[in-house]
Amino acid sequence: MSLRNVWTIARKDFRNYFTSPTAYIQIASFMLIMGWMFFYTLSHFEMQSMQYQQFNMGKGASITDGIIRPVYGNMNVIFLFLVPSITMRLFSEEKKQHTIELLMTAPVTLSEIVFGKFFAAFLLIAIMLGITLVYPIILFATGNPELGPIVTSYIGTLLLGSCYLSLGIFFSSLTENQIVAYSLTFIGGLFFWLINWASQAAGPVWSEFFNYLSLINHYNNFGQGLLNSSDVIYYVSFIGIGLFLTHRVLDSLRWR
Amino acid sequence: MIQVSHLTKFYGPRAAVNDLSFEVKKGEIVGFLGPNGAGKSTTMKIITGFMPASEGSARVAGFDVFEDAIEVKKHIGFLPENPPVYPEMQVYDYLHFAAQLHQVPSEKIRASVDHALAKTSLGDVRNRLIGNLSKGFRQRVGLAQALVHNPDVLILDEPTVGLDPKQIIEIRELIKGLGGDHTVILSSHILPEVTATCERIIVINKGRIVAEDTIDDLTSRIKKGSIYSLLVKSPIQEGVSAIRNIAGIKTVTQVGPKLVIEIRSGSQEVRDQIVETAVQQKMGVLEFSAEKVSLEEIFLQLTTVEAPIENTGVTV
Repeated sequence: MSLRNVWTIARKDFRNYFTSPTAYIQIASFMLIMGWMFFYTLSHFEMQSMQYQQFNMGKGASITDGIIRPVYGNMNVIFLFLVPSITMRLFSEEKKQHTIELLMTAPVTLSEIVFGKFFAAFLLIAIMLGITLVYPIILFATGNPELGPIVTSYIGTLLLGSCYLSLGIFFSSLTENQIVAYSLTFIGGLFFWLINWASQAAGPVWSEFFNYLSLINHYNNFGQGLLNSSDVIYYVSFIGIGLFLTHRVLDSLRWR
Repeated sequence: MIQVSHLTKFYGPRAAVNDLSFEVKKGEIVGFLGPNGAGKSTTMKIITGFMPASEGSARVAGFDVFEDAIEVKKHIGFLPENPPVYPEMQVYDYLHFAAQLHQVPSEKIRASVDHALAKTSLGDVRNRLIGNLSKGFRQRVGLAQALVHNPDVLILDEPTVGLDPKQIIEIRELIKGLGGDHTVILSSHILPEVTATCERIIVINKGRIVAEDTIDDLTSRIKKGSIYSLLVKSPIQEGVSAIRNIAGIKTVTQVGPKLVIEIRSGSQEVRDQIVETAVQQKMGVLEFSAEKVSLEEIFLQLTTVEAPIENTGVTV
C-alpha cells in the first residue's frame, strides 16, 4: 500500500468537505453544543463545590468526575449523531456521480481508496476534537485537574469516533443514497451502543459477550483515566472489520 | 498493445459479450461500432480492469488486466460513458487530482494539467466549478482527465456524446492527432463518427464481432449487397431466368428447389419483384427469407446521419 495514494484520496475528500458548507456547519454546530455543555457542566460543578465548602461537607467531586467525564461522555453522544453526516457521502456520492469508475480504473488499490476515505473523515473529527482542547486549557488555567484522565478521554473519544467512521464508511459503500447511509450508520451505532442492555436478560456467558460487544462499555475505562489494552484492541478491531467489509463491498461492485 | 482473446462476460444468464477476440497494435486508432447494448461498454470496462471477465483474457501492454490490474491501469486513460467528474470541484483541481491519482510525479503535475487543458481547450474554464459547466464542457473535462497522465492507451466510451458539432470536429481532430504515440479505442453507435477518426473498425452486435476491417474494405463489403433465398415447389427454368432478368439482381444460383439470390446494394425494393415474378411464373412460393443477417442490416440499426455541418460521405 502506497501512502502517497492514500494521501491523494484523503486530500481530495478532505478538501471537498470545505468546498461546500457541510464541514463548516458540522464544526460550528459541534462547537456550539459542546460549548454549551461545557459551560453548563462547569457552572454546575462550581456551584456544587461552593455548597460543599459552605456546609463543610468535605471536598465534593473531583474535576475528573465532575467535569471531564460528563463533558467527554456527552461528546460521544454528539458524535453518534454527527459522524454519520461526515461519512454518509464518502462512497454513496462517488457511486451516484459515477466517479467511483475514476477511482477504480486508476492505478490505486481498493485498500488505498478505503484508507484514504477513512483518513479524510478522521482528519475532520480530529480537528473538531482539537478545537475542544480549549476546555482543558481553561481548566488548567483556573484549577488543577489531573492530566491522565484528560489524555485518555481524548484517546477514547478519537477511537470511539473512528468506530462510527468505520461503520459509516461501510454503510456509505452499500448505497447511492446519502440519507440511507446516514440512517443506517446512526441505527448501527446506536445498536452497538445499546447492545449491552441485552446482557441483563441473557445468561452468564452471553451477558459477558453482549457487554464486550458494546461500544460504550469500552469507553468507561478511558473516561476514568485507564488505558486498557483490551479496550484499545476492541476499538481497533471494530474499525478494522468495518473497513475490511467496505473493501469487500467495493470489490463486489466490480462483479456485477 | 491490446490483445483480447475469447472474452466473455455474463450478466446473470445473459452474455453481454460473447467470445470476443481482437488485437490492437501500438499507435492504432480503432473504433468499436455497434448499436446500443451491443457490449461495447462492457468490453471497455473489462479492458480497463474495472470489471473482470467471466471467461477469456485481455492483455494491455503485455500485462494481464486481471492479474496485473495496477500495471495495466497505469498505461490506460479511460473516459467512461458518464464522465467521472466531481461537480463540487474546480476544473483545475479535478485534473490535478486525476494526475496525482495516476501517479504523475509531483514536479510534472502542473505541466501535465496545463497540457491537458490546452488540448481540450478548457483553459477559459479552469477555475470554474465542474457542476456549473454544460454537458459538453463536462465531457471535455472527462476527456482531459483521460489524457492528463499521457497514457499509452486511451479507452474512450462515446467521447463526443453531448458535444455540439463544432466541438465534435475539434475532439475528432484531437483524437486523430493522438494516433501514432497513443493507442486509442473509441466506441460509438454513429457510423460517421468512427469513419471520421478511426483507421480500423470493429463492428459488434449482440456481444459478438460481426466485422473487423479497415474502413475502405468495410465499405466495399457493404456495397456487395445481401443474399436471399427463395424456396419454391417447381423451379421451372423460365421462372429462374425471369427472376435473373429483374434489374438489381446480381446472381441467381439454383440448388434443387432453392434459389439463392444475390441483390446489388441499394436495390432493396426488388424483393417485392422477386416474389411477384415467382408467383406469375406459377413456381409455387414456399418461403422467401434473408440468407444471413448482412452487415448492411447491422449498419442500418446504427445512426447513419448526423448534424448537417459535416458530411463524411459514407452513408448506407
